[in-house]
Amino acid sequence: MSTSSLPRLQHVCASGLVAAVGVWVAWISYTQQPSEAFLFPRLISTVFVVLALWTFFKALLGWTKVGHGLGTHEMANLLPGLVIALVYVFWAAKALGFYTAGAIAFFILLSLYDPAPHREVRTWVRRAIITAIYLAVMYGLFAKLLKVYTPREILF
Amino acid sequence: MSIGYERRDIDLEFLYYFGDVFSPVSFGLLLLGTIGGLLLGATPGLSPTMAVALLIPFTFHLQPVQGLILLGAAYTSTVAGGAVSAILLKIPGAPANIATTLDGHTMAKQGKGARALQLSFLASAVGGVIGVLLLIFLTPVLSQWALAFGPSHLFWLAILGVTVIGSLDSASVVKGLLSGCIGLWLATIGFDDIMGAQRFIFHPALGGGINIIAALIGLFAIPQVLTMFAKGRTSSAAEVIEVEKHSIKDAIRELVRRPRALTIGTVTGSFIGLIPGVGGQIAGLVAYDQTKKFSPEREKFGKGHSEGVIAAEAANNAMVGPSLVPLLTLSIPGSPTAAVLLGGLLIHGIFPGTDLFDNHPDVAWTFINSMLIGQVLMCIFGLYVAGLAARIAQVPQSVMAAVVLGLAVFGSYSVQSSMGDVYVMVTLGVIMYFLERFGFSAAPLVLGLILGPIAEANFIQGSMIAGATDGLGAYFLTGTLNIVLIAVVIASILYSVWMELRTRRYISKEEIMG
Repeated sequence: MSTSSLPRLQHVCASGLVAAVGVWVAWISYTQQPSEAFLFPRLISTVFVVLALWTFFKALLGWTKVGHGLGTHEMANLLPGLVIALVYVFWAAKALGFYTAGAIAFFILLSLYDPAPHREVRTWVRRAIITAIYLAVMYGLFAKLLKVYTPREILF
Repeated sequence: MSIGYERRDIDLEFLYYFGDVFSPVSFGLLLLGTIGGLLLGATPGLSPTMAVALLIPFTFHLQPVQGLILLGAAYTSTVAGGAVSAILLKIPGAPANIATTLDGHTMAKQGKGARALQLSFLASAVGGVIGVLLLIFLTPVLSQWALAFGPSHLFWLAILGVTVIGSLDSASVVKGLLSGCIGLWLATIGFDDIMGAQRFIFHPALGGGINIIAALIGLFAIPQVLTMFAKGRTSSAAEVIEVEKHSIKDAIRELVRRPRALTIGTVTGSFIGLIPGVGGQIAGLVAYDQTKKFSPEREKFGKGHSEGVIAAEAANNAMVGPSLVPLLTLSIPGSPTAAVLLGGLLIHGIFPGTDLFDNHPDVAWTFINSMLIGQVLMCIFGLYVAGLAARIAQVPQSVMAAVVLGLAVFGSYSVQSSMGDVYVMVTLGVIMYFLERFGFSAAPLVLGLILGPIAEANFIQGSMIAGATDGLGAYFLTGTLNIVLIAVVIASILYSVWMELRTRRYISKEEIMG
């Protein structure tokens, strides 16, 4: 696939998804009962669908001028961080405990995106110190200052 | 102090609440917000909107007025703090500081970095104070005027808030308006207020609707985190220019010698701030351009001319106060950061407009007064923390991204101790990141989400009145004020479409010319 057609295909997919959501919202708004509760959603969803379909057809015809899409290089950079963030939020935070999961996610993300060379012991020590400071600040701020009770589960 | 106060003169009402700013907690928060805001503002990638959004969970645990003081101070000083990295690193801390980079960084390279910083903070303070004074004197008048508004007018005002930001704040008018529609739809998720019917609850986490704070954090912070991830293992390539010693008295004398730049910057910023949806970036660039046009030394602009720094910084801080006028009177935020502030008001059950000034004058005036004092503090501390702020601006993006992600997760959880809010925050943030890559923007979506309940409540109330009187069409589409508001909605959209077409034609011409 040529590089110029990639953003166009991406625009079609993105605007297609938005249009699909718009149609779904309109469908629910016009079919669900009681109708009084869906009066305002009907109004919005009508405008939503019109604008979303307009955007979709513009993308299909290649008229979209705004938005650069996502390049493969950017996607490759983004993906590991995104996966770690999602695992942290949707599983680890509750399963391991907020602070443990937060510290592990912080350390992994820091190591993953830190430009410093991975082979040097000093780099790892520095990362561990930064993570410890981060953990101490977050614990002090949320557990001690704001008294927020977070899920502790296996660890803390 | 406000105790025992009797209303004597509405124009000077703010003076009665001046002392409240100096209570230990309030003043401490003002200092914290100012210094923290200066440091955050200097950090490229952390926008003022995101900084204020991340602070909202902390305000939830404070008194409403204390929370607003913290948010207001952070808003003011992040805009000014962005000048530090613009001058010393050539990286604008926020879009509002783009114009400052043009002459500020050149001055720094010429060994005049301290002078540029001093002038930027002094000009910011002058512009900011005048902007807040405008807020003080315009707000009560407009809020009294808002008393005449009925449900149909309030409905159109809410729609106006969404369409103005949707069309003016986005690169594509259609995508901006579509973002606003998505926000309005998201606001309807949950149980309907009147019938108690379930609407769009496709996951148990959405049972109580979408929590505004979680949504604000997700929509503004998570896309920034993912943007930093997408850049990969990048080091902070920018080099900090060392600051020399420079007398503050000389900087004050220079500011006084440049009244044209200061006046144009302040007037332009104040005027642009009043127009909902037009941000500090525009204010700074327009003021810079106008000052250059009126200057006899226009050839010096871009080569380290102090007038460029003065005009840009006076403008971007002068717009802060006026951008809150439509917010505090009509619930229409003048900028994305003002939209986040609106969220900060609503979580404490305080509604802008007459409710705010009649039922919570202590909150309204103490907050506004704190912004006035905050300008002075920002000027004093800005000069001292500039060096430190520039060093913080060099913190690697890997650390920044991980810290912001952690703050977003802990912050959104802390509001209601609900994992559902964290899931909503991350889901919205990730979707927003991808939508932004395709030209959608977060500001109108947030506006839709915040103004949606106001629009719906007034639409339903209006429909009931219309059912008993002239019918829906006559109630919502006739009457002078309705027609004026509809005309403004249409005019803002048409103007934005015209601007978009003009910009495209200009870009095409540039491409043809090579």
